Amino acid sequence: MDKTNANAAEAVAGIGDGARVMIGGFGGSGAPIELIHALIDKRPRGLTVINNNAGNGRIGIAAMIDAGMVSKMICSFPRSSDPRAFTDAYLAGKVELELVPQGTLAERIRAGGAGIPAFYTPTAYGTELADGKVIAEFDGRSYVQERWLKADFALIKAHVGDTFGNLTYNKAARNFNPLMCMAAAETIVQVSRLVQPGGIDPEDVVTPGIFVNRVVEIADPQQEEVLIKAGVAYI
Amino acid sequence: MTVDTREDIKLSNAQIAWRAAQDIKDGAYVNLGIGFPEMVARYQPPGRFVTFHTENGVLGFGEPPAAGEEDWDLINAGKKAVTLKPGAAFFNHADSFAMVRGGHLDVAILGAYQVAQSGDLANWRVGSKGVPAVGGAMDLVHGAKQVFVITEHVTKTGEPKLVEKCTFPLTGVGCITRVYTSHAVIDIVDGRFVLREKLPGMTVEELQAMTGGKLHVDGPVADLVAPAL
Repeated sequence: MDKTNANAAEAVAGIGDGARVMIGGFGGSGAPIELIHALIDKRPRGLTVINNNAGNGRIGIAAMIDAGMVSKMICSFPRSSDPRAFTDAYLAGKVELELVPQGTLAERIRAGGAGIPAFYTPTAYGTELADGKVIAEFDGRSYVQERWLKADFALIKAHVGDTFGNLTYNKAARNFNPLMCMAAAETIVQVSRLVQPGGIDPEDVVTPGIFVNRVVEIADPQQEEVLIKAGVAYI
Repeated sequence: MTVDTREDIKLSNAQIAWRAAQDIKDGAYVNLGIGFPEMVARYQPPGRFVTFHTENGVLGFGEPPAAGEEDWDLINAGKKAVTLKPGAAFFNHADSFAMVRGGHLDVAILGAYQVAQSGDLANWRVGSKGVPAVGGAMDLVHGAKQVFVITEHVTKTGEPKLVEKCTFPLTGVGCITRVYTSHAVIDIVDGRFVLREKLPGMTVEELQAMTGGKLHVDGPVADLVAPAL
């Protein structure tokens, strides 16, 4: 069992038009820039992208939007230091937005990966983000029913991975990544260092390889903040 | 009639943050909202140990690193680089919001556009124009044992921010327990603003004139004083 791919292009080759794609990261921390850029090279269109944010500058998800690949964003905070790509596309009606509170987004993804079709949360009760949703009372308080979120693919950045897909993360780059690994039919991971089975102490595994389908080593991955500061544009 | 909002004697933002910091107990787990609330961390009383939580999966972060020393995998919810204190921990986003909604945080401190006497908060959006963005605001108002707001008492144009009913889109219903303003400290109890502290240079009537909801006085009202900062 060897889940490794030779390069990012090979790893994302199966993602076609209309796919639902979860992309890990919170801002630049944990964002799989190389996998995203490999997907831009392939240019599938009509994608639904699930991420906490909606891109920054002219790289990563922002470059996907500029390339016309994204028809819908599901996110909590479509703002960044340079939110031009999403803002322009949204205000021009080219990209649909499903705005989800951050904790609800995380829990919907977790539920998707855990086989839980719906759950109740206090978050957003009484607000416009609960409009049209089922409300129920438990122990005297009102809660909003939220549904699981699943995807066809997840693009993930991890730190160390083995050929079975067991993963560790670097600091706060963990964020949505372990949840999205669980919630996609095909999980594609870029790791900064690839090791053989046994190379990660089982006590240290954060994402067990059962949730991972493809692993590609990208040593010295690019960091969004550095690219933004340098004014890099991918397309 | 123009209301005198006593700009001459009101607390600065730093002083509001200082005042709120005095109520965070030793050993507390605390989430500070992005922006103004982050200032509260600067004014922790000496001798108290507080652990800060950030939504993107860190407990126990500290000061920003020196310029050039940033590790962009180590950021806070405002996407600013931070450092770690001994005993810090990382976790995923679902666990992070379990800490929030699950009642594990002692205090959450947020900014506000409006707070209603019912405890409703509006702090994420002022209208229907532009790109809406909510982040973790709607989650953070639920679950912490105490949810504080720190804010100017009135808007830049003198409109009350403490109101009978919010007119801006709500972040949460009945969620705020205490408000620290530039002019007063007010608890929200059973759908009423209860005045606890006010600037010593103002009367309750003057404060009422710049407050949208009725101020109730249940017991002593202390002087709101903060050191020069």
